[in-house]
Amino acid sequence: MKLTMASSPHNHNHKNVSKLMLTVAACCIPGIIVQCYFFGFGVIVQLLIALVTASLSEACMLKIRNRPIWPTLSDGSAWLTAVLLAISIPPLAPWWIIVIGTLFAIAMVKQLYGGLGFNLFNPAMAAYVLLLISFPVQMTSWTMPSELIAQPIGLIDTLSLIFLEANTAKQSLISAMVTVDGTTMATPLDTVKTAVSQNLTVTEAMSGKQFDELAGIGWAWVNIAYLVGGIFLLKAKVINWHIPLAMLGSLALCAAIGFIIAPGSQAGSVFHLLSGATMLGAFFIATDPVSASTTNHGRLIYGACIGLLVYLIRSFGGYPDAVAFAVLIMNMTVPLIDHYTQPRTYGHGATK
Amino acid sequence: MDSLVEQIERGTLWQFPGGVHPPEQKSLSNQLPIARLPLPDKIVLPLKQHIGANGQLLVNKGDKILKGQPLTKPSANWSLPVHAPTSGKILDITSAPSSHPSALPELSIIIAPDGNDMWCDLTPVDDITQLTHKQLVDILHSAGIAGMGGAGFPTYIKADSHQPIEYLIVNGVECEPYITADDLLMQEHATEIVQGIEIMQQLLKPQRVLVGIEDNKPQAIAAMARACEHNSAILVRTIPTKYPSGGEKQLIRVLTSKEVPSSGIPADIGVLVQNVGTLFAVSEAVNKGKPLIERVVTVTGNTIDKPQNVWALIGSEIKHLLDSQGFTPVAEQRVIMGGPMMGFTLPTVRIPVIKTTNCILAPDNRELVEPGDEKACIRCSACADACPQTLLPQQLQWFAKSKDFEKLEEYNLFDCIECGACSYVCPSEIPLVQYYRVAKAEIREQKLDQIKAERAKERFEARKDRLEQEQQERQNRHKRGASRVTKPEKEKAKVADALERVKQKQGDKSAVQAAIARAKAKKAADGSLEPDNSEVAKERAKRKEQARSYKEQKQSTEGTPANTDDKKDAVAQAIARAKAKKAAKLAEESTPNIEPEQAQPSSENDDPRKAAVAAAIARAKAKKAAKAEENTSSIEPEQAQSSSENDDPRKAAVAAAIARAKAKKAAKAEENTSSIEPEQAQSSSENDDPRKAAVAAAIARAKAKKAAKLAEESTPNIEPEQAQSSSENDDPRKAAVAAAIARAKAKKAAKQVEENTSNVEPEQAQSSSENDDPRKAAVAAAIARAKAKKAAKQAEQNAQATNTNDDLAQPMSELKQIDNALAEQSDSEQLTPEQKRQAAIKAAVAKAKAKKQAKEQEGNDPS
Repeated sequence: MKLTMASSPHNHNHKNVSKLMLTVAACCIPGIIVQCYFFGFGVIVQLLIALVTASLSEACMLKIRNRPIWPTLSDGSAWLTAVLLAISIPPLAPWWIIVIGTLFAIAMVKQLYGGLGFNLFNPAMAAYVLLLISFPVQMTSWTMPSELIAQPIGLIDTLSLIFLEANTAKQSLISAMVTVDGTTMATPLDTVKTAVSQNLTVTEAMSGKQFDELAGIGWAWVNIAYLVGGIFLLKAKVINWHIPLAMLGSLALCAAIGFIIAPGSQAGSVFHLLSGATMLGAFFIATDPVSASTTNHGRLIYGACIGLLVYLIRSFGGYPDAVAFAVLIMNMTVPLIDHYTQPRTYGHGATK
Repeated sequence: MDSLVEQIERGTLWQFPGGVHPPEQKSLSNQLPIARLPLPDKIVLPLKQHIGANGQLLVNKGDKILKGQPLTKPSANWSLPVHAPTSGKILDITSAPSSHPSALPELSIIIAPDGNDMWCDLTPVDDITQLTHKQLVDILHSAGIAGMGGAGFPTYIKADSHQPIEYLIVNGVECEPYITADDLLMQEHATEIVQGIEIMQQLLKPQRVLVGIEDNKPQAIAAMARACEHNSAILVRTIPTKYPSGGEKQLIRVLTSKEVPSSGIPADIGVLVQNVGTLFAVSEAVNKGKPLIERVVTVTGNTIDKPQNVWALIGSEIKHLLDSQGFTPVAEQRVIMGGPMMGFTLPTVRIPVIKTTNCILAPDNRELVEPGDEKACIRCSACADACPQTLLPQQLQWFAKSKDFEKLEEYNLFDCIECGACSYVCPSEIPLVQYYRVAKAEIREQKLDQIKAERAKERFEARKDRLEQEQQERQNRHKRGASRVTKPEKEKAKVADALERVKQKQGDKSAVQAAIARAKAKKAADGSLEPDNSEVAKERAKRKEQARSYKEQKQSTEGTPANTDDKKDAVAQAIARAKAKKAAKLAEESTPNIEPEQAQPSSENDDPRKAAVAAAIARAKAKKAAKAEENTSSIEPEQAQSSSENDDPRKAAVAAAIARAKAKKAAKAEENTSSIEPEQAQSSSENDDPRKAAVAAAIARAKAKKAAKLAEESTPNIEPEQAQSSSENDDPRKAAVAAAIARAKAKKAAKQVEENTSNVEPEQAQSSSENDDPRKAAVAAAIARAKAKKAAKQAEQNAQATNTNDDLAQPMSELKQIDNALAEQSDSEQLTPEQKRQAAIKAAVAKAKAKKQAKEQEGNDPS
C-alpha cells in the first residue's frame, strides 16, 4: 500500500490569507455605508474603479514577473489596497486620481518590492501621499455632508463629476459645491487648522455649520462606523489590539495634554479621535501586517508613535490630516523596532 | 506574597504564552476500554527504541525464547535491554525499517510467536521499602523502561538523578488531539500509576508530586484523585486544555511557574517529569517483575472502523494494529505515528510499535486536510502569538530560508520544541516547522564540520612544526657532513663543478632544443610520455648504483643534488628561448651528449624532459591543457620513488597549462591543480615554487627574456655554493618569477618580489617563509590578469582546495614521513632499492587515497 508522506503538523486552522484580507475588507462595510449616507455615492464609484484598476495592474505585474496570476490575485491583498485607497480619497475626485493612485500602490509600492509580504510601505498610504502631494486641489476637495447641501448630488451628477469633472449643468465640482452655501469644501480638520492660523479659537472655528458637538458633521459618524468595523476585526482575531489601542491612546493623550496647555488653539481628544482618518487608520491602515511591527512590544511602540505623529502633524504640520504620513514614517522604523523588541524566549534569563 | 510551595499547594496554575486549540477528536477513541489484541504472526523488535546506545545481543538466530526474556544486555551509554514480547522462536536478526520519520533500517530481532505466550520466571518485589536505591534503579534499568511519552529517555537515568528534585511532575496532560492512550490508562490503571509514583518518590524524595491532567479528561482526573487519596504529597492538578501544555517545558511552567533554562534539563531547576505510561511500566517492573513488553496505543482516525486503545506488544507491526481494528484506506492515505501535531507519517505499515509509540492515526482527507501551497509570508505574526516558547517563528523562517545560521541561533532556533503551533496557524500555510528542522540539521552538520576542520588544522600545525624540526635536524647533519669533507675531495668537487657548468650549458641548449622539437609536434604531451618513462627507468638503475657506491664510500656527497639547478635553469631558459624557433636537429644531436657524462647522472636526465614538458604544454592550446595534465599526472606513480625534482616539471606543466587556459577553464584547472597537490607527496615548499614560477612565466607569455638573463646571472652564483643542495636551487626560479611579474602589470608586486628574491639568494632559503613571497606575488599577478569575476570564483575554489588539503593532511604526512625516513637514511637521494620500492608503493597508495579524498571532497561541496 502506498502511503502519503507529509511533515508535521498534519492539521491547520483553515485560516488563510484570502480569508484574512476579505475579512478586513468586509469590516470596512459599515464605514462605507456611513460615508455613502453623508457624502453620496461617489465612494462606491471610486471603489469600483479602484478594484478594477487594482486587479488589472496586479495581473499585469504578475504576468511580467512570471508569477501565477490567479493564486496570487485571489489572496485579496490587492483588492484590500484598492478598498482602503478608495475610501480615503474625496468621493468626487476625478477618476484618474484613483486610477493613478491604485496603479502606483499595486505596481510600484507592492509588486516592485516583491509582492505581498515584501513591501516596506503600506501601499494604500504611499499612494495616498503621492496623490496628496501631486494633486493637492483634487485631494482636498471633500464633498460637503449632504445635510449641508440644499440639492444633494444625484447618481448621474456623481458619475458626471467623477468621469467628466463637471456635473450635468456643466459646473465644476467647486462651483457645484459652492453654489449651495457659503461654507468651503474643507474638512473639519482643515477648517479648524485654518481658523487657528487666523487667530480664531477652536471653539469659534467649531461653531460653524459643519460641526456638531463632537466633531464635524458626518465625520464623527464615519469614524464611529470604522470603530465598529475595527472591533469586529479584533473579535475575529484578524488584528491584535496592540496597534489600535496604542495609536488611539497616544493620540488622545497628546490631544488632551495639548488641550490642557492651550485650550484655545488645540482641539480636544474627542475631536481628534472622531475626525479625519483616525479610526480608519487605527484599525485598518496601521494594522497592515506586512508593513507594521511584528512583535507585541514593537506594536505598542509603533502604534503610539503613529498617534504622536498624527497629533503633531495635525497640530503643527502643513497638512490637515496626518495618518498617511505618520504610517509611512513609522513603516520605515519597523525593522529597527522589531530588532529591539524581541520577546524573551522561554528559558532565557528567567527571573524565577 | 505566598511562597511558591504555598501557591502550588493552593492550586495556583500559571500560563504559558501562545498555544493553539486544534479540534480535539478525542471522543473518537476514548469511548471504549483498552482492548487486547490477538498475538501477531510476527514480531519485529528493534534493538534501539530510545535515546542512547543499543544493548548487546544475548540470543542467536533460531533460539527459542520465552515471554519477558531479555534479548539484549545493557551496556554503557544509556543503553537499555529489550525483552521478548511473547514466547516463540527467533527467525532472524537483521535490519528492518525503524519507527522513525526516515524509516532507516535498524538492527531488529524477528520473532515468530509460538502462540503459547509463556512467561519466563518473573521476580516481583514484595516490599519496595526493603530495596536500596541502587537495587530499584537496577530493576528499572533491566526492565528496559524508557520514557513513553516523548523521546524515550531511559527512565533509570532520570530515576538516578543526582540533582535534588523538589517537584516530581506526572504528565497525564496528553495535549495532542486524537490520542487517548494515557487517558484510558489513567482511567483503568490509576492504582498502578500511583504505585509507580510512589516508587519514584522513594527514589527521588521530591517535596511534592504534581499530576497534571487537562480538563478534557474528567474521568481520568477522578480516577487519579481517588487512587492517590492516601498520599498527601501527591496533588492532582486540572489544567486548561491548550496545545502544547503537555510539552515538558510548558507543563513545568503551568504547574510550578518555573522555566527550564535554555539547553538545560528540568533537574537543573529541581523538577523531574515522568509520563503516566512510564510510571505504570515502573510499577509493573517493580511490583510484578514484568519488563516493558507492551504498551497502550491509540488506534484512531476516520478510516479505522473501530477506533480504540489497544494493548500492543512492542514489536507488533502497525499493520497488525490497523487490521485488528478494521482499516479502510482512502486515496492518498496517510498513516501517522503519534498525533496530528507532532506525529510523523509512515512510509509503510510494516513498521513495529516501539516503546514510544502512543498513537496510530489513520485519518481520511477531510478530517485532516492536506496542506495547501505555501504562500508568501505576510508578517502577520500569528505564529509568534501561537508560539509556546515565545520565539519569533516568522523571523526564523526568513533566516532559515536565507540560511543565515548566525541569525537563527541569535533568534534561539534551538529553543524551538517543534510543536507545530506556528505552522498550524500560519495563514500562508508555510511549513515553518519543517524549515526549522532542516535548519537545525544543517547547523548541527556545520558545527560537526567545524570541529573536524579544527582538528585537521591542529594536525596540520603539528605536522608543520615537526617538519620544520626535522628539516632543521637534517640541515645540521648536512653542515656536519660538509665540515668533514677533506681537501682533495673539495678539489674534486671544484673540478666536478667546472665540468658541470660546461655540461650545463650543453644541457641547457639541448633542453631547449628538445623542448622546441617536441613542442612542434602537435601531440607533444603524448609524445613526452615514453621518453620520460625510459629516463626514469634509467635513473632508477643509476641510483641503485649510486646507492651502492655511496655505501662503500660512506661519506656524504653533497654535490649530487646540485644538479637540480640545471633542471630549473633549463625550465626558465626553455621558456625564455622557446620563442626563438631553433632547429630540432641540434636537440637530437646534443641529447646523447649528456649520456656519457654519467658522473652525476640522475638529475641531468631530467632536464630535457622537463623543459620539454613545460614548453610543450605552454605551447599547447588551452583545450589540450587538460589532456596534458592528465597524461602528466598519470606518469606520477611510476615516478613515485624518484625524488622531489621529478615533481617539478609536472607542476610546472600543470601551472603553465592553467595559465594558458582560457578564463572559463581557469577555474576548472585550478581545481585540478589543487586536487593534485596532495598527491605531491613530499610537497615541501621548494616543490611548490617552480610550479608557481612557471605560472608567472606562462603569464608573462613565456617571453621572459629578463627571466633568462636573470637566471643566467644567478646560475654562476649558485654553482660554487652547491654545498647545500636544496635552497640555492630556488634562485633561478625566483628570478624567473620576478621577471614574470615585472612583465606582469602588477608593478608593485614585482618590486617587492625582486627585493625578496635578492634577499633570499644568499640566505639559502630552506625555510618556507621566504619562499612564500615570490610564490604569492606570482599568484597575485595571475589573479590580476584574470578577470574580476573569475578571480573570485577561483579564490573560492582555492579556498575549498585548501580545506581539502587540510583533510588530506593525514596521507600527506604519511608520505612526508616516508620521505623524511629516506632522507635520513641517505643525506642525498641515494636509496637502497628496497627502500625505493617501499617508498614507491607507499607513495602510490597515499596518492590514490588523496585522490579519492579529494574527489569526495569535491563531490561533497555543493557550491
